[in-house]
Amino acid sequence: MNITVQTVTKTSCSSAKRVVNVLLLSLLPLSSFALDTELHGFVDGRVGTRTRNDPYEDQRSLTELRAQLDSLTYFDASELQFRADFLYDDLEDDLEKIDLQTGDGFIDLRELNLLFSPLSSMDVKVGRQILTWGTGDLLFINDLFPKDWNSFLLGRDEEYLKAPSDAIYASWFPSVGSFDLAYMPRMDADRYIDGTRVSYWNPARQSIAGQNAVIDAEQRDELFQDHEISARFYRPILSYEGALYAYHGFWKSPEGYDPALMKNYFPGLNSYGASVQGALGSGLVNAEAGYYDSREDRAGTNPFVPNSQARFLAGYEREAAKNLMAGVQYYVEWMMDHDDYLAGLPTTDTARDEFRHVLTLRLTWMLMNQNLILGLFTFYSPSDNDAYLRPAATYKFTDHWSATVNGNWFIGENDHTFFGQFRYNSNVNLAIRYSF
Amino acid sequence: MKRLITTIMMLGAAGAFAEMSVEEIVNKANQAAYYAGQDGSAEVEMKIVDPSGSERVRAFTLLRMNTENGAQKFYVYFKKPADLYKQVFLVWKEVEPGKEDSRWMWLPALNLKRSIAPGDKRTSFVGSDFVYEDVSGRGLKEDRHELIETTDTQYVVKNTPVDPGSVEFSYYTVRIDQDTFLPRRAEYFDKNGKHYRTVEGTKVETIQGFPTVTESVVKDLNSGGSTINTFTNVKYDIGLKENIFTERFLRRPPREVTR
Repeated sequence: MNITVQTVTKTSCSSAKRVVNVLLLSLLPLSSFALDTELHGFVDGRVGTRTRNDPYEDQRSLTELRAQLDSLTYFDASELQFRADFLYDDLEDDLEKIDLQTGDGFIDLRELNLLFSPLSSMDVKVGRQILTWGTGDLLFINDLFPKDWNSFLLGRDEEYLKAPSDAIYASWFPSVGSFDLAYMPRMDADRYIDGTRVSYWNPARQSIAGQNAVIDAEQRDELFQDHEISARFYRPILSYEGALYAYHGFWKSPEGYDPALMKNYFPGLNSYGASVQGALGSGLVNAEAGYYDSREDRAGTNPFVPNSQARFLAGYEREAAKNLMAGVQYYVEWMMDHDDYLAGLPTTDTARDEFRHVLTLRLTWMLMNQNLILGLFTFYSPSDNDAYLRPAATYKFTDHWSATVNGNWFIGENDHTFFGQFRYNSNVNLAIRYSF
Repeated sequence: MKRLITTIMMLGAAGAFAEMSVEEIVNKANQAAYYAGQDGSAEVEMKIVDPSGSERVRAFTLLRMNTENGAQKFYVYFKKPADLYKQVFLVWKEVEPGKEDSRWMWLPALNLKRSIAPGDKRTSFVGSDFVYEDVSGRGLKEDRHELIETTDTQYVVKNTPVDPGSVEFSYYTVRIDQDTFLPRRAEYFDKNGKHYRTVEGTKVETIQGFPTVTESVVKDLNSGGSTINTFTNVKYDIGLKENIFTERFLRRPPREVTR
């Protein structure tokens, strides 16, 4: 715009040109204001297939084309962020039925928020946003922001594991440390496994189920009543970063059952936790713990409400060789009142263990000037005797074009264990992306 | 009389040059190359040319601040390529032996601050022919320095690693301009004594009184690849606050980098 005006100025001699000039100049403040926007995004085509026959699901795991538009507009004292996916999903039966909460339909609004600083030591972001905290790598304890498990298990890009929240997010930075407070006036549930796209273990049927038994949960959609609050305080402790967390809300997937309504629902949940992370030798360590207070059944005797849990994880990451990063984690879920849980079950054959142990290994290998990235993420549970492998290879042909091949491979002996239940969903995918 | 005093002063200065130890030279070169001003900012464009001639471009805004005892903080805000857009790379550089730099990556799509494990500093910086150490500086105590030649305008210093197992070169030479102390050309030699890599400051401008390399080129003589770095809009002493180099400003990049 500037350039245009300058060119015109130099060549102006006639009065007509002068008029044009004045008009252009008078438009300049307005247009530069209106044009102070950056627009980016990508187009991503993805196809995937199950590697074995799933009696309850489509053989194709993914067939979709999405365009993401990402725009950031700067104002004097605030910034407006907009990011949305426009989607053609061949496996979606009704693309015109848009549900911004679940991401169903041809629009998935990822972000629409305004950021401003009411005080010099405070930032506030209001609107739809992606929220993340905690120290785990693909393991979450104190991050009770919504996840999209379908996208994760089906092999969409890893960014889709995080589902958006509609929140007021305030951060305050006094000298003692940093405080974050997120208020979600209406619960933002996980985009949970409901059987539509991914088959799962259905405890009521005592079998694997999918489209034959889609979970239609009772929604928590009462504004200002079904609300969630997440809080964090963090500060350096010696050379480590320590954090405390608290949450008041609901189990993020509908793990409760209301016998009167005969529907699954999201029981109340409070959680409290802490984490620490920092450098150790030539690597990084992290540890995180949390207590999940299932407040509708603190005694653990109600079989329709999940029991309280303690969760803990510890991780270590370092460069194993040049251009090869390796990270290991140990994670455990400890169910409180396990005896009462067992007593409430019709059969204990498929019961959960008191302790669920998980080990993870992440390997990332960068080759060919970082244009080829090979990755493998492995979850392995010695107590459930099951595993989940996520191999991926991405090649960047140019600054714009890239291709990714990835797999999701579930291994288990039993139908009812955490990863074993997904074994008919094992899949491989191919994605082509153009970024701009 | 006046002339005599001037002559004596000039002789004195020449004497100081002659007596300048190699440690002083590399110290001054390090200051000139990496510590100009109390802080600074620049727009950086990296053009990576692979052996077949195809090009990739990285563009980012760089903020730097000197903290205490040689430590520094860097804030790198990516603008290109599109898949790195809005990502931030934050470094707290340490120079004390045994202390590792702290590094973080901000991934905006996930709203995630990811700590990066201390890594081999001789791996590629964002896929270019520059390595991390070229960008943030190599610790002076990691090499033994030897002044092997003094030309009319330059010092030539040979640098031999104290721990040869930690690097891919057996030694490197650096030509340092006598007037500005800017390192102008580094040549790296492999374990067989073969010259395989060159880093060169190809354009120098004086900005706010600080001689500044505004274009540098690295050539990998083995692969035939090269990377050209151009620095524009270079500013010093812009009065950055140290809290810019914290999580708050990863979450909301400051106007200093986005505008």
